[in-house]
Amino acid sequence: MAVIHDVMPAFELFQPVTIEDALTLLARYGAQAWVLAGGLDSFDWFADRIKRPAVVVDLSQIKELSGVRSVGDGLEIGAMTTLTEVVRHPILRQKYSLLTEAAEAAASPQIRNQGTIGGNVSQDARCWYYRGGWTCYRAGGNMCYADTPTGMNREHAILGADRCVAVNPSDTAPALIVLDAKMVIRTPRGERVVDAEDYFIGPGTDITRLTILRPGDLLTAIRIPSTWAGAPFYFEKVRDRNVWDFALVNVASAIVTSGKAIERMRLAVNGVAAHPLRLKAVEAAVLGKPRNEETAEFAGKLAIQGAEPLQYNGYKVPLMRNLVKRAIRGAVAEEAA
Amino acid sequence: MNFIQWALSPWGERIPIHISWDLLWAAAIAGVLFLVVHAIYVGYWAKPADESVDESTLAAARVPERVARHSFLARAYHWVMAACMFVLLFTAFLPKVGVKFSWVKIHWTAGIVLTIIVLYHIIHSTFWQDFWAIWPDKQDVVDASRRFRRAMGEAAPPPKKFGKYPLENKLFHLSVLCAGLAVIFTGFFMMFRVRTPFFTRNPYLFSDMTWGVIYVLHGLAGVIFVALIVIHIYFALRPEKFFLTKSMIFGWISRERYLGHYDPERWPVDEGVREAGQSKAPEVVS
Repeated sequence: MAVIHDVMPAFELFQPVTIEDALTLLARYGAQAWVLAGGLDSFDWFADRIKRPAVVVDLSQIKELSGVRSVGDGLEIGAMTTLTEVVRHPILRQKYSLLTEAAEAAASPQIRNQGTIGGNVSQDARCWYYRGGWTCYRAGGNMCYADTPTGMNREHAILGADRCVAVNPSDTAPALIVLDAKMVIRTPRGERVVDAEDYFIGPGTDITRLTILRPGDLLTAIRIPSTWAGAPFYFEKVRDRNVWDFALVNVASAIVTSGKAIERMRLAVNGVAAHPLRLKAVEAAVLGKPRNEETAEFAGKLAIQGAEPLQYNGYKVPLMRNLVKRAIRGAVAEEAA
Repeated sequence: MNFIQWALSPWGERIPIHISWDLLWAAAIAGVLFLVVHAIYVGYWAKPADESVDESTLAAARVPERVARHSFLARAYHWVMAACMFVLLFTAFLPKVGVKFSWVKIHWTAGIVLTIIVLYHIIHSTFWQDFWAIWPDKQDVVDASRRFRRAMGEAAPPPKKFGKYPLENKLFHLSVLCAGLAVIFTGFFMMFRVRTPFFTRNPYLFSDMTWGVIYVLHGLAGVIFVALIVIHIYFALRPEKFFLTKSMIFGWISRERYLGHYDPERWPVDEGVREAGQSKAPEVVS
């Protein structure tokens, strides 16, 4: 049971100043090590004494993990770049406003000052049974307490559930998927660059993780190519409290039109499954279609195909349908404007 | 090393949740150790079995050159079951050793196929095969005792030749039967914990403790299968047993093997022919 204690359990703290040192520490301590970025997810776990790592590797002293740099035809954002820095970065605001909007929608100003983009995409699930310390599937057990007839599952998944019904809470994740971002991961075997879409995993693949990061792996940067730079974007997040809350559902889209027809499009939602969903079927279905209410309506209906609401989250089905409609209409309207 | 992983239920009860996955390695090591010890024993201590059959016996015996051992359906059952077993074990344990993929649906699909073919096998072997041929009988115990005493250097009457299935085959079948029924029964109920097209999901079907026992039994039977399959493959590949592996592919063994290893009284050749779906005995295949 989650009980707030005054003091966190003791751990050995390391503050490496280079990525290599951090990787050495992670390799040395393996699954005993906990990677600390902004600390906003981590300190919840520690304070509640649910997670008790023996070693914490704090990345805050590694300068090369911070900042936004030009790389090739795009930008590279260090994983330790704060959400506030992302929001305020002039080139990001000019060319990739989808990401800055999404980052600005995350939490509160104070949290954005501390929270990092790497942490935002790598944060753990917010299911309260899991965060409360129950031995559920995600915690290594054999039960999902949220997916029961009496479970409190208002915020949980309507798509892609596989035993666990927790959702990914990240706001920047769907924006990065739409922007075709690449996640740069340093592992003991070298560097891996994976599509943002493939960075997130569902419970069918590994029920105890939300991302492909394994013990010893480190997300070092996020590269955003110029593919969608300057495209008409749409981001919307629906939450219980507009001032500061996780998304019930959020949606991100980029649409490029030719004449009246949709020429290129990317669409992703989060808060409906254990990983952000790129709606490829919708993208394919609306390509070449005119930008109008009819197309938006069609896309919304298509997006929710296969949804399986739980006892208390049936509202997410129309919410997702309407957000997809608005994403298409909104982007269209923005371009028209 | 813990044998079982425990957790606290929401009501504060200490409940088992599944076996310790260290048991997977323990089972694999046990299987490998068995085959190493057996290989050393056979290589250095065991006396070679006398499989010779003189020409006069061969000529006198009214036995076909190829003796049918496994019908087509029996062979098909064996290999489908083997495929299911591999799918089930790989999908169950690869994720535990770090190979991550979406395994749950594949696992229960293979489980359903296994359940169906095991039901088929039970009916088929009960009504269309010699049901008792695979169960250890009094003669097996007597012969095992004689073999053991002779291996220890004691004086004992020579054991009889085998029936259709040697005692070790029967014991292996019994082990597979127990572990198989355990995984099937527990797996059936575990399907109520996941989403399938067959049942309405009901995690409250049993108490937390009962669910824990079901998960532990399922895992335990799974790791036992790891050891059993290591041992089974080892024997299937041993040179002196390879003719049995071939018979599971082609359906027959040679007359020499039949007369060298088996007691025609305990495994009459007619029976083998009948099993192969033929009406007349003996079959001669040249």
